[in-house]
Amino acid sequence: MKRFYGLLAVVAVAAIAFLIYTANQPAAAVSGSAGSRAPVTAQDSAFPGYVLGSDSAPVKVVEFADYECPICAMFATVQFPTIRDQLIKTGKVQWTLRDYPLPPTTHRWSHLAANAVACASEQGKAWDMIDAVFNHHDWALQSSNPTSVFRGLAQGVGVNTTTWDACVSADRYAGRIQASLDRGDALGVSGTPTFFIDGKEVARGDRSSDEFQRLADSIIAAHPKKKK
Amino acid sequence: MSLHRQAVAVLALVGIAIATYLWLHAIGVVGALKCGTGGCEIVQASSYARLFGIPVAFYGVVGYVTLFGISIVGSQPAMVSRAWPTRLLLVLSGAGFLFTMYLTSLEAFVIHAWCRWCLASAAVITAIFVTSLAGSLRKS
Repeated sequence: MKRFYGLLAVVAVAAIAFLIYTANQPAAAVSGSAGSRAPVTAQDSAFPGYVLGSDSAPVKVVEFADYECPICAMFATVQFPTIRDQLIKTGKVQWTLRDYPLPPTTHRWSHLAANAVACASEQGKAWDMIDAVFNHHDWALQSSNPTSVFRGLAQGVGVNTTTWDACVSADRYAGRIQASLDRGDALGVSGTPTFFIDGKEVARGDRSSDEFQRLADSIIAAHPKKKK
Repeated sequence: MSLHRQAVAVLALVGIAIATYLWLHAIGVVGALKCGTGGCEIVQASSYARLFGIPVAFYGVVGYVTLFGISIVGSQPAMVSRAWPTRLLLVLSGAGFLFTMYLTSLEAFVIHAWCRWCLASAAVITAIFVTSLAGSLRKS
């Protein structure tokens, strides 16, 4: 029995050490740009992302997101409507969504979704399409190619699908998506969603609208000049 | 001999560590719940990761702690000759094994993502079930 309890003690110590170690480990750094790289032009690099809200807003949040990511979809559908109403529409916060499609080994259709949004954006429907892609997230659970689903969503938000089809099939915005991915990598993004304010990471993962409310309030309070 | 009960105790302790890790991850204590390159985030973020509003991993913690408790009690010299601890371990680990098979099939056919810690837990509960079955057959 002594040997048995000795073995149990060893396993218990190893288990506790493992839990303490993992609790203190930062998220594993992953490169979203794994795989083939699309050529990036200066114009691609200059694209700031999809902006929502006033340029004069005192707080500017940049979110790196992946459309296939269930956490991003959860955030977009549960928390973001409140953020939009209470922070963006009131002029406190300007929100920018940037593409950070995770590698196809994990999220197979992320790049396609990013391209679907980009192709809607050239018709002025970026945020309508972003909302549609996140609100109808069943496509992410299917193994089949969701192009036809995206076409339906694009049509639903008023996009001319003939132009959109040509754009998507040409993968027209591959360079712009790659540039955004590179920017995320440079900032140290290791997963989605990750949020930045003034170039500093402020949050990642499943966050609440209340946290952004507190963040915006604290920034505005700390910098009175930023008050509207 | 209560060797199989002692083996179950060791395996259950490993299971407790894995299930606790997954549970702490599910409630955000260990790392933020975000999408990375691993399948665990996808599985944990799916609607199947909760049962009656509680993370599935928590049921795992409760299950492994129960198996651990029974195997420790059953390993005591006064209990070695009793058959009920082995039977109880067999029934409970059998239920855990079936539930784990259901969850693993969801990963394969519905969620289309693999969580390696969930698979490790599946391996542990399978080993506990096989060990309990072997102990039960030997008793009978």
